[in-house]
Amino acid sequence: MSRTIIPFGPQHPVLPEPLHLKLVVEDETIVEAVPALGYVHRGLETLASIRDYNQMVYIVERVCGICSCIHAMCYCQGLETMMNVEVPSRAKYLRVIWSELHRIHSHLLWLGLFADGFGFESLFMQFWKIRERVMDINEATAGNRVVISVNVVGGVRRDLDKTQQRWILDELDKLEKELRQLMKTMLDDYTVKKRTVGVGVLTAQQALQLGAVGPTLRGSGVAQDARQLGYAAFDELDFEPVTSPEGDSWARSKVRFMETLQSMDIVRQAISRLPDTELAAKVPGKPTGEVVCRVEQPRGELLYYLKGNGSKNMERVRIRTPTFANIPPLLAMLPGAQLADVPIAALTIDPCISCTER
Amino acid sequence: MPTHSEILNATPIAADAVVAQARSMFDQGYRLVTMSVVDLGDGNVDIFYHYDLDNEMTHFRLTHPKDQPVPSISPVYFAALLVENESRDHFNLKFDGLVLDFNRTLYLDDEITSTISAPFCKISTIQKKD
Repeated sequence: MSRTIIPFGPQHPVLPEPLHLKLVVEDETIVEAVPALGYVHRGLETLASIRDYNQMVYIVERVCGICSCIHAMCYCQGLETMMNVEVPSRAKYLRVIWSELHRIHSHLLWLGLFADGFGFESLFMQFWKIRERVMDINEATAGNRVVISVNVVGGVRRDLDKTQQRWILDELDKLEKELRQLMKTMLDDYTVKKRTVGVGVLTAQQALQLGAVGPTLRGSGVAQDARQLGYAAFDELDFEPVTSPEGDSWARSKVRFMETLQSMDIVRQAISRLPDTELAAKVPGKPTGEVVCRVEQPRGELLYYLKGNGSKNMERVRIRTPTFANIPPLLAMLPGAQLADVPIAALTIDPCISCTER
Repeated sequence: MPTHSEILNATPIAADAVVAQARSMFDQGYRLVTMSVVDLGDGNVDIFYHYDLDNEMTHFRLTHPKDQPVPSISPVYFAALLVENESRDHFNLKFDGLVLDFNRTLYLDDEITSTISAPFCKISTIQKKD
């Protein structure tokens, strides 16, 4: 049968950001997918050579338009290791709270986009209605909805008072109730399952060999999550990776849905155990040496390699974002799929191209 | 003991051992996390290979002349194709045996490959001294 090349993206209704795939198809069956990047490359890593290492906290927050806080936390944690700074306990717990709030709103954003991707408009609106309230929490507690700038090298710059803590807990109770009402529709609805079950299958072995991370990896049944490494205060909180063994689009959506509920629980735990200490430690000297630091973004494992040479500028800041790691697995999911399933399968890695190209 | 943040302790590796090492890591079930490239400014680059097994990382360091081809590990780890192509864009490194070579057009337009030498992004500012 003759082959045709169909372009997917960079502008496509299901893609919030520009990703281009050249799809080689036989009839309507995908035979091969080749990625093309470069539409939003900004050279943010290079900026490290001219910006003070403290200014870089604000730059790395802008690597991603969704999980900004987690980028900053990873960068700060790397520098704290390099400069041998002991972060106060309260700052560690506050980092957990804000980073999990970011995971909640990121997953809700994705769940809405995914529902929109398979044409379920009202479900999309329900998810985003819930998400808005999480954005309100960010704005009320940190002054902004997405780029919240709470992390500094040595700790955090903002605190949560008792009133705010009570309000967050009340809001989470309401949000969880509303979210649970959507669970049956998202995970058990006939039409939703027709579009997601068996679509874009990735086995556990493929996922590991191709370097998959985050819900893409855990949706293939591999219980690996960088939060298990115990960064911030995760070593003092009860937490198990959410997995689903099916490896298809449905499994990846289930992992994200259940992780949203789990993150609410983690925020509750963190607030209930919030210690009473300083918010930040003093940071002596300038960074020297090489460090590798990892955290778990909503899309998966994030890695920073940092090299300091004793000056105020970092010699190298290297960022490996989760979507960058999840593109090869996406290329493996698509062969054999139908052309109409490509938007669904592509969405299930939760592509963040802003992160990927930096 | 796995840790989220560590002072980098990378095992030096020679260029001709990179692919065999990758094959060995692959066979043991290691996941390729990524590669990191650092321009040392003396005509060499440090290329780090970061692997993970059950959340524990292992790192290798290849110090290599910038103008000589680096053996590609993409035939072993397909996932390396993106980071190797990215390193080609950023540092003008060439990789021998790359399974899909974008020839410096992963991020860049075609015409840029013939007009600008790497690194393609140069920043010059007036800076205060420390």
